[in-house]
Amino acid sequence: MIRTDSELILEITDLHACVENQPILKGVNLTVRAGEIHAVMGRNGSGKSTLSKVIAGHPAYNVTAGKIQFQGQDLLAMEPEERARCGVFLGFQYPVEIPGVSNLEFLRVATNSRREKLGQAELDTFEFEDLVRERLNVVQMDPAFLERSVNEGFSGGEKKRNEILQMALLQPVFSILDETDSGLDIDALRIVAAGVSQLATPTSATLLITHYQRLLNEITPDFVHVMDSGKILRTGGKDLALELERAGYDWINSTNKDQEDN
Amino acid sequence: MAVSRQWLETLPAPHGVLQKLQQRGRNALTKNELPTNSLEAWRLTDLKRLEKLFSLTVVTKSEIPLKPFSNSWVKSPKNGFRIVMDPQRDPLEGIILPDGIRPLTPLELEQNLGQVLKSCLCSNDWPIAINNASATNLLALKVEGQDLPPLELITEATQGTFVPSRIILILEEKAKLELLQITLGKQDSAHSHLLEVHLGKEAELNHGWVALGSGEGNLLANLTIEQEEKSNYSLTSVQHGWSLGRLEPRVVQVGGEATTTLKGLQISTGSQQLATHSAVRFDGPEGVLDQLHKTAASGHSHCIFNGEIDVPKIAQRTNAAQLSRNLLMSTRARIDTKPELEIVADDVRCTHGATVSQLQEDELFYMRSRGINSKAAATLLLKGYCQEILDNLPVEANRWGILNQLLESVK
Repeated sequence: MIRTDSELILEITDLHACVENQPILKGVNLTVRAGEIHAVMGRNGSGKSTLSKVIAGHPAYNVTAGKIQFQGQDLLAMEPEERARCGVFLGFQYPVEIPGVSNLEFLRVATNSRREKLGQAELDTFEFEDLVRERLNVVQMDPAFLERSVNEGFSGGEKKRNEILQMALLQPVFSILDETDSGLDIDALRIVAAGVSQLATPTSATLLITHYQRLLNEITPDFVHVMDSGKILRTGGKDLALELERAGYDWINSTNKDQEDN
Repeated sequence: MAVSRQWLETLPAPHGVLQKLQQRGRNALTKNELPTNSLEAWRLTDLKRLEKLFSLTVVTKSEIPLKPFSNSWVKSPKNGFRIVMDPQRDPLEGIILPDGIRPLTPLELEQNLGQVLKSCLCSNDWPIAINNASATNLLALKVEGQDLPPLELITEATQGTFVPSRIILILEEKAKLELLQITLGKQDSAHSHLLEVHLGKEAELNHGWVALGSGEGNLLANLTIEQEEKSNYSLTSVQHGWSLGRLEPRVVQVGGEATTTLKGLQISTGSQQLATHSAVRFDGPEGVLDQLHKTAASGHSHCIFNGEIDVPKIAQRTNAAQLSRNLLMSTRARIDTKPELEIVADDVRCTHGATVSQLQEDELFYMRSRGINSKAAATLLLKGYCQEILDNLPVEANRWGILNQLLESVK
């Protein structure tokens, strides 16, 4: 939902970043306001996932220039855990398995760290169980997965559901979903997409990173950005995604080149 | 170096039922004051820390006990009974043993003292010599029943003391017991502990052994177990908080068809050096061993595991599994792990494995991206890691809040 007077959630200005001295992001600009859903598309290696990790604060990525303002704060000055507590959420493309750590305990500690920042009371084990069982409905997840180690032995679909469950518990202000649609069958995609739509509020914003139109059939974006070579080359509405699906990424490159030539 | 000779001179003259052993131990120490790093079993030991033992006052049997324990421990088990091993006192003083457990008679004691050590081939080991030399009191029990209340044994070394303790436990045929040993150590203290257990046919011992130091004390503990046919011995050991900690569980299955389960956890922090040297020998066919040993080393501490399994020709159809899992929690910590399997029998199934891993960067980032800081993330990871072993302790161990103590010290 686009409202030009709504709160500015995220503002990325001329962001450059590298990993192992290899430049990946080469001047990304992006503005996200409350209530908006953005989609970032692009080929493999275009910098989409790097952008998500830089926003979340992955220590392997080094920001060499530019800035990210999150609700008026300098996001790049914050540790990854502080960003999460303030409401930045990254749904991982490949959620990490953590053997030996109970999923339920992990979710409880994470939820309480966010609640602490929001000035809400810490939930004890019993209170948290009530909350998590209610939120399981968002993604239609089997409660048995709470008793297992974090993501260990989960199928691809269960891992993604577990990501959205975390989103439901942490109630983020800004969510990035990095290829949440990858590895999902059609039914799982619908469930996950419905969960994301259910969690979108007028005061929060979502950034979907995807290769394909199929996720955008389920979640309608307000803006579609196309990335290539570490930059956003083109921004448009949901029709841009449809056009991309039809004409492929080369179309963007050629039309962009035409624009430059002119 | 005459450190141990001076120390030996401080000991009371050999006396009582342990007289012969005391003399034997002192003779052994006179000849062999300290092990050396050239011995395989002591290759990695920080011998300077071992020498410290000789600067401490040995607590011995006394007509007028000097320092009664403060007894600030958690309450006695509701459904069990507690014996405190204070070398100054008769451990059974004021204790009413439940039906099915009684002290060994003098004749039984004479017949059994040192027998399990011989069976485990460790009578001449250095830690045995130091216990022989210094122990002036012992607890010797025979267990004959099955529905017995759990037994809790506590040993504590207060500051500046060296506490020797010796126990003999004979489980008769089909006897069943749950035993929880708690060993505690204050700063600048040391333990020398020796346990001899004989399990008769079809007897069962569920043994929890928890040794929690305060960071500066030393610990030498030898648990020797002899199992007859179809007996079942399960040891869950936890070692943490010692400047130098060395646990040596030695098990021999004398008639085969017995089951041994060894679950070990050692968590080292700061500059601690903790070691477990286990040895299991199958002297009969169709024995079973299930062993899992876990270590976690943080700071610049050092964890050592040496797991010996001996399967001679007679031990056909042995089924033994050993796994050593190790977690390096800092770049300055060190872990040494060595499985040592000697298999002569040809029809056996013996598996072993050893892994050393670090806290994975991607695991840490995943947790941090959920608002959990690095320290809390490491604690969560460690909690799950420890729980797998702690779950095997006798139920009464819950009262001691062991997991919290482990996690607290790693923070």
